[in-house]
Amino acid sequence: MTFWLLLTVNSVTFGGLLFLLSAGFSLIFGLMRIPNLTHGSMFMIGAYLGTTFLSGALGFTLNFWLAAIISALEVAVLGALMERLLLRRLAGQQLAQVLVTLGVSFMVADLCLMGWGGDPISVATPAGLGGFVRLGAAVFPLYRLAIIAIASVFAVALWLMLERTRLGAMIRAGVDDPQMARVVGIRVSQLFTVVFALGAALAAFAGMIGAPILSVYPGLDQDMLPLALVVVILGGTGSLIGSFVGSIIIGFIYNFGQALVPELAYFILFLPMVLVLVLRPQGLFGGQVL
Amino acid sequence: MIDRRIAIAVTILALLAVPYAITEVYYVNIASQILLYAIFALGLNVLVGYAGLVSLGHAGLFGVASYAVASLLAAGHGHAIAILAALAIGLVVTAGFAALSLRATGISFIMITLALGEILWGLAYRWISVTNGDNGVNVATRPMPFGIALTAARSFYDATLIVFLVAVAATAIFVRSPFGAALCGTRDQPRRMNALGYHVWMIRFGAFMFSGLLTSIAGILFVYYNQFISPQALQLNASAEALLMVISGGAGTLLGPVVGAGLVVIMKNVVSAYIERWNFMLGAIFVAIVVFMPEGLVPGAVRLSRSAWRAMSRAKTAVAPVAGRKP
Repeated sequence: MTFWLLLTVNSVTFGGLLFLLSAGFSLIFGLMRIPNLTHGSMFMIGAYLGTTFLSGALGFTLNFWLAAIISALEVAVLGALMERLLLRRLAGQQLAQVLVTLGVSFMVADLCLMGWGGDPISVATPAGLGGFVRLGAAVFPLYRLAIIAIASVFAVALWLMLERTRLGAMIRAGVDDPQMARVVGIRVSQLFTVVFALGAALAAFAGMIGAPILSVYPGLDQDMLPLALVVVILGGTGSLIGSFVGSIIIGFIYNFGQALVPELAYFILFLPMVLVLVLRPQGLFGGQVL
Repeated sequence: MIDRRIAIAVTILALLAVPYAITEVYYVNIASQILLYAIFALGLNVLVGYAGLVSLGHAGLFGVASYAVASLLAAGHGHAIAILAALAIGLVVTAGFAALSLRATGISFIMITLALGEILWGLAYRWISVTNGDNGVNVATRPMPFGIALTAARSFYDATLIVFLVAVAATAIFVRSPFGAALCGTRDQPRRMNALGYHVWMIRFGAFMFSGLLTSIAGILFVYYNQFISPQALQLNASAEALLMVISGGAGTLLGPVVGAGLVVIMKNVVSAYIERWNFMLGAIFVAIVVFMPEGLVPGAVRLSRSAWRAMSRAKTAVAPVAGRKP
């Protein structure tokens, strides 16, 4: 019983991380119509930058949360630059844009290998969250619960942003019909930069807060990107609720898979994907932003 | 026509003479690598160039055939059975791959093939009881067709060359057949083709199967060439390398991918000899090609806008003579 409860908590935790990763991915896809193949790289750079801030290699040491936020902001700037300098040049050519993001992801992976070496870097659980919560017979690691809380806060905040703010309304309009949005005076290309930066920041933040659980290693990007892809294929592109539901489903399948059939954990991700592609190719929530 | 035949004959003779002209084993091996990757690129080009469907999961299919050979040999089967079964397994997996990814076209197709390819990679990496995980599977011997041992670099090159020539001929027949013309039709005007009574999905599926066949053949040659297979061969990088071969040489041309395979394999070997950073180079070349000379290299992008379409036809006339120099 305890085993299953713990597994469930782990699944929701992982689902929360996946949500932070895939929400941005999905919004970028919804707006720009491209899968951002650097999204796994953003996750990895966020984690690597965060560990550098923690390690004191720069002559100062930051608190864990500050490190996560600053690395997220830095990666947001990188994302915005990439959108402005590379993707903007190829506006309207989706295939070329996808190939550019693919090329950049290889360059980033190699640069990270050069900069941080090939050994995995483990990150200590942030101060005050190393303990456990006792609920009856079951014992839950506090940090995992904290991740669930953080992911929930972000989910609500993103929902409010999309539902209630002017920016959110513009994003929804852009996802719905970019040409009409332009006609009514929304600067869609500016939205591209904003959403790209936001997605990059969310991915980087997820990378850092996931680091105490996943650790940071070369290839982390290639481990996370397919998960984001599967979440989005499952939930439907451009849909926040879709990426939320998709993340939880994949979180469960991946964790239960790893516990029960460790050798095939990656493979059984395939099953929900097959079902969705056969029965509902547009994804569970395809075509709905919220 | 006679000129053409002479050109073909001269090229074949030149290719046959390669191991005699360059006697060093290292270079003969690189020539074998170019030919086997050229078969892979030919297969991918059927989809990318002629069907307008960009796959980023082909290394998965390539690896399935490689692993099938290695596992069957490790289980004690003979070469003939291993090769035939690997082809069959490759085709079955391709059919599944195609059935799922052809639920979509365009960008979503890329995403699905990428996810499927990564899942196959994950399987190779984690399904340790079958694939031996990161340690890979060794293949002790190469086959002996008609009693000829392929252990030497030169004889392996000759065998690869024969397979390569058959693959080129088969691809040429395929793309020039009415089926190939219909395939180009589904790339350029899917709705019109549908209205004309063609079964667009079936045509794409057929192209995918042919592409999978060539990819599986390349995978089988690869495992015999290296006498080893590990999950690395299924990584996204490998799919991207194959795609780079196709688009750098010229997607949608018969011999563009062959030229591209030569370029990429030589570049990879030269770069790896001097610096460690091949992946960085691979990424940089990708970005450079796409940003600075996108027109004509990527037919899928061309479909997306008419203006790019006109640029493509200009570029095609520029590319054609290069491709035409070979047979």
